[in-house]
Amino acid sequence: MAIADHINRVSRRIPPWTIYIAALAWAGWLFWLGLSGNLGPEPINALEREYGSIALKLLIAGLCVTPLRTYFGVNLLRFRRQIGLSAFFFVVAHFSVWALLDVQSFGRVWTEIVKRPYVTVGMAALVMLIPLALTSNNASIRKLGKNWRRLHWLTYPIAVLAGIHYIWLVKGFPLEPFIYMAIIVVLLALRFLPKRKKLASKRSGQPQSAR
Amino acid sequence: MAYRWKNNLTQADVTPKGMWLNRRQIMAGAVGAGLIGNVAGAADDLEPNSLEDIRSYNNYYEFGTGKSDPAENAGALDTSNWTIKVGGMVDNPGEYTLDELVGDLTEEERIYRFRCVEAWSMVVPWNGVELADVLNKVGVQSGGNYVAFETVVQPENMPGVRRNVIPFPYKEGLRMDEAMHPLTMLATGIYGEPLANQNGAPIRLVVPWKYGFKSIKSIVSINVVAEQPETTWKDINFREYGFFANVNPNVSHPRWSQATERVIGGGLFSARKDTLLYNGYDEVASLYEGMDPNALY
Repeated sequence: MAIADHINRVSRRIPPWTIYIAALAWAGWLFWLGLSGNLGPEPINALEREYGSIALKLLIAGLCVTPLRTYFGVNLLRFRRQIGLSAFFFVVAHFSVWALLDVQSFGRVWTEIVKRPYVTVGMAALVMLIPLALTSNNASIRKLGKNWRRLHWLTYPIAVLAGIHYIWLVKGFPLEPFIYMAIIVVLLALRFLPKRKKLASKRSGQPQSAR
Repeated sequence: MAYRWKNNLTQADVTPKGMWLNRRQIMAGAVGAGLIGNVAGAADDLEPNSLEDIRSYNNYYEFGTGKSDPAENAGALDTSNWTIKVGGMVDNPGEYTLDELVGDLTEEERIYRFRCVEAWSMVVPWNGVELADVLNKVGVQSGGNYVAFETVVQPENMPGVRRNVIPFPYKEGLRMDEAMHPLTMLATGIYGEPLANQNGAPIRLVVPWKYGFKSIKSIVSINVVAEQPETTWKDINFREYGFFANVNPNVSHPRWSQATERVIGGGLFSARKDTLLYNGYDEVASLYEGMDPNALY
């Protein structure tokens, strides 16, 4: 596939750490927009939603890495850690805006986590991301061996919880949260279709070495 | 006959036009100069929000579910040749033009707190008439216990209607004593300007002691009925959006607390405010005597 080869060639020239820079700059830029009155009359909620939505998109982007390689031969594996850690960073930013700027009281933050199921679900996703973030380094991969992969399967339930968190939060039936959930479900389903996966990679003629 | 509500705020309390047009720009400048605490602290409890805030942060699902969707999409609403169908148990039913319905009534300016069920609030200087005056004019017959309202539906101009985000037309209703209360008004303007479409042009309900969704926008139908009418949000989810929907800090929405509210327009570091029972309009308490406080919601 010419396009895949092109993407692979170009992406090889991009150092993975640029993703961290982009994430920090993006978060900082949004914060500045909120501060300077450019996120509308209610910047707290706007910033909260922006950070949450970026976190969800990055979680989804992380889930896309494997299928992109398997089905299209696009290899972005070397960016996966940076994508995942940036997702964690935006989840923490999302939580911080909610706790510090929106709810504004630690007592109330705790009450909300315990009493409101949609907050509980979001919080569970954040907590489950912590061990993943802590083990996103070469030393942990070496030390944990097979268990590293097992631990990082947590990304699947985390993505589902994040999708549920979004659906649960809205009023009525707007399209967006359901689209996100559908994408997550499809990306997870791809993992549970091992036979088709093999077939597809054979069809597209991907040599084993490309994996 | 109910008493006329006296506004204890005067024209002097209304922010000067230069200020209400661009308060956010002034604030933004203040943030740059590091004066944010000053500006937020100086804000009076009932300082009206800027017109820009009021026009740019809206719920009007016919135009989309995002807060800026109504401002972006509501321009397409056709408000020309507007008529309001008045029916049910009234002496003078019929199709009224705006002028026929409210043109000869006492125009009011009311600076009201506005509290959304989503736990945010604004202060809005409304212009309009008391609903009671309208109801007296059309003549409510005995047995007319409730007033039912409907919002206009223009699928060709309303993207939210085409997507069926919630069932349309949007419906709301009040018990007759609530409708007759002098605080309840039909608004046709804000800050002395005609309502923007996203604010419910050309005529909308304002019930300041209830969550904002009760204050139905762009009214095309007023019906006096005997039984409690269907109301959109209650019909979608009665656990979360009751028929009475009185602002009540002691009854949580199932998904969030109602004890405090975020004040719109205060910037990124504005403090939350404690929510007041009946949104601070204690004079309505007598309407709900003997009712279970939880049923109030």
